[in-house]
Amino acid sequence: MSNNRIIDLKNISISLGGEQILKDMNLYINDGEFITLLGPSGCGKTTTLRIIAGFLEADSGDVYFSGKRINGVPPHKRKVNTIFQRYALFPHLNVYENVAFGLRVQKLPEKEIRDTVGDMLRTVNLSGFEKRNVDSLSGGQQQRVAIARALAVRPKVLLLDEPLGALDLKLRKDMQVELKNIQKELGITFVYVTHDQEEALSMSDTVVVMDSGVIQQTGSPLDIYNEPKNAFVADFIGESNIIDGVMRRDLLAEFSGRRFECLDKGFARGEPVDVVIRPEDVDVVPVEKGVLSGVVTSVTFKGVHFEIIVDVKGFKWMIQTTDCEAVGNTIGISVDPDAIHIMKKSMYSGLYGDYSSFSDELELLSDVSYEKEGLPDE
Amino acid sequence: MNKKGWGKKIAVAPYTVWMALFVVVPIVLVVYYAFTDQSGALSIQNIRSILDYRETFFISIQLALLSTVICLLMAYPVAFSISRMKAYRQQTMVMLVMLPMWMNFLIRTYAWMTILEGNGLINRFLHLLGFEGFNMINTNGAVVLGMVYNFLPYMLLPIYTVLTKIDKSTVEAAQDLGANRVSVFRRIYLPLSVPGVISGITMVFVPAVSTFVISKLLGGGKKFLIGDIIENYFLGSTGSINYNIGAALSLVLMLLILVSMTVMNHFDKDESAGFM
Repeated sequence: MSNNRIIDLKNISISLGGEQILKDMNLYINDGEFITLLGPSGCGKTTTLRIIAGFLEADSGDVYFSGKRINGVPPHKRKVNTIFQRYALFPHLNVYENVAFGLRVQKLPEKEIRDTVGDMLRTVNLSGFEKRNVDSLSGGQQQRVAIARALAVRPKVLLLDEPLGALDLKLRKDMQVELKNIQKELGITFVYVTHDQEEALSMSDTVVVMDSGVIQQTGSPLDIYNEPKNAFVADFIGESNIIDGVMRRDLLAEFSGRRFECLDKGFARGEPVDVVIRPEDVDVVPVEKGVLSGVVTSVTFKGVHFEIIVDVKGFKWMIQTTDCEAVGNTIGISVDPDAIHIMKKSMYSGLYGDYSSFSDELELLSDVSYEKEGLPDE
Repeated sequence: MNKKGWGKKIAVAPYTVWMALFVVVPIVLVVYYAFTDQSGALSIQNIRSILDYRETFFISIQLALLSTVICLLMAYPVAFSISRMKAYRQQTMVMLVMLPMWMNFLIRTYAWMTILEGNGLINRFLHLLGFEGFNMINTNGAVVLGMVYNFLPYMLLPIYTVLTKIDKSTVEAAQDLGANRVSVFRRIYLPLSVPGVISGITMVFVPAVSTFVISKLLGGGKKFLIGDIIENYFLGSTGSINYNIGAALSLVLMLLILVSMTVMNHFDKDESAGFM
């Protein structure tokens, strides 16, 4: 299958400003797939993209494109194109000339340029905007110009650096669908960088979860969600209760003072593990029927469901339920075997998964810091 | 609301008074003198007599244009390479460019006299090597040299400022789309630096076309630039003083500069529209 690989990163390490950004990273990207690099601010995802684009040279390691080593090849000679975080449109050119830029550099005949630009503007629904000044466009429209501009030169691979980060939620959802459609239609490889796990899950064929310059897990969105490899992935993708536990034997885990049947095996007897239970997989039952019981400490209405925090022997669980519970109620909890996912202990154990300090506001605050990530070095 | 309005008015009052006293009144005076004769009666004789100086106007504009072009050709590459240096180096380089401006304009020009003179530094050095010296002072070349030397920073700084403001990501986008170095320069840096070039040209051409000190010191005091002639009509020997013709010449020079600035700004309308 290796001839199917369009990009191959081998043992990539890089330090910027004395700080190690990527540590011995290995990643291959298949031709035609939609792959997403997902991770928090500073995890190295934008750096990875810039190494593929040629704007950065790795300190060590090799970059292969269609089997050919392309270390040291300057950006303008690489068959990859980038959608920049803030679009980077040419302010002195109108929409038409922005899209035509790459074609003019190639000195193509005027007619061909006109046809291609027309096609591209149609693809991104901007026909009729040719003469407009790019500064007069909305964020969404500028984004479309950037996409048309990159697609006009028919790249083999399109690199997208948080392309929807600056758009509002509604527009972002629309653009997600549109980008996915464009990718399917043209059949080119998309390498997409985001810190938004929902975006990653809904658009990608493959998700690469990164943290501190290391790939934590690579897999399909379903794998990543259902079978997270460690506490970091479990916490970063969706909501998770991550509980300290011990494997008593195959298919039997012990946590919160109880033994639970589960579907995981291959652990040593008595091996300490992290147990992941998704909030939507926990059933709220009457106290006498529950395996565990706890006191409701907070209730948040989310529209489709309630998000309740329940104190079970000092550990705060997040549970999503359609039943309305009141703060202070004692409720029973039961968990099916297939809702339990067992992970080996890692450097992330104990850092995540308890909702003691949970608050929506905190989460919003931490989102803001992502905006700053991956700016060109200043 | 009213209070706010008053506060604003008081805040700008000193400037308004200053402008009225030292800009509006002088211009009104210039216009008045230009259209009256020495007895104070209305006259267009002064304006008509300007035709006698068309050659002087021509040579002033010619020398000013030449200096502007030389400044541009010298300043652009320097500004470009400074703008691409590391931040701390940029500061040092910009300071070096500004350094001569810390010294008085007159002193700097006098210094050139002592360099270019018949017995000046260059000629003495040439004699020492056994060559014949040659005449440099009191030529058009010396005047142009003086202009370029004095006005070069005014060309360099605006170009440098504009170049540093160009978003790096647009440069990367151009490279990404296949543009090599030459192409990036031609398609990104050059068009985006036009506003800086325009203001540089204005800032060099305007003082160069109206200078009289440089031509007096390095051009041998022959009244051959329009600035010298104007100066002579206002500050010359008793017999030659004629405010009316001097004012007429000044007026025409002002209009000339105004017209050329308008033309320049026309090339740059997108940018200037932002300031209006």
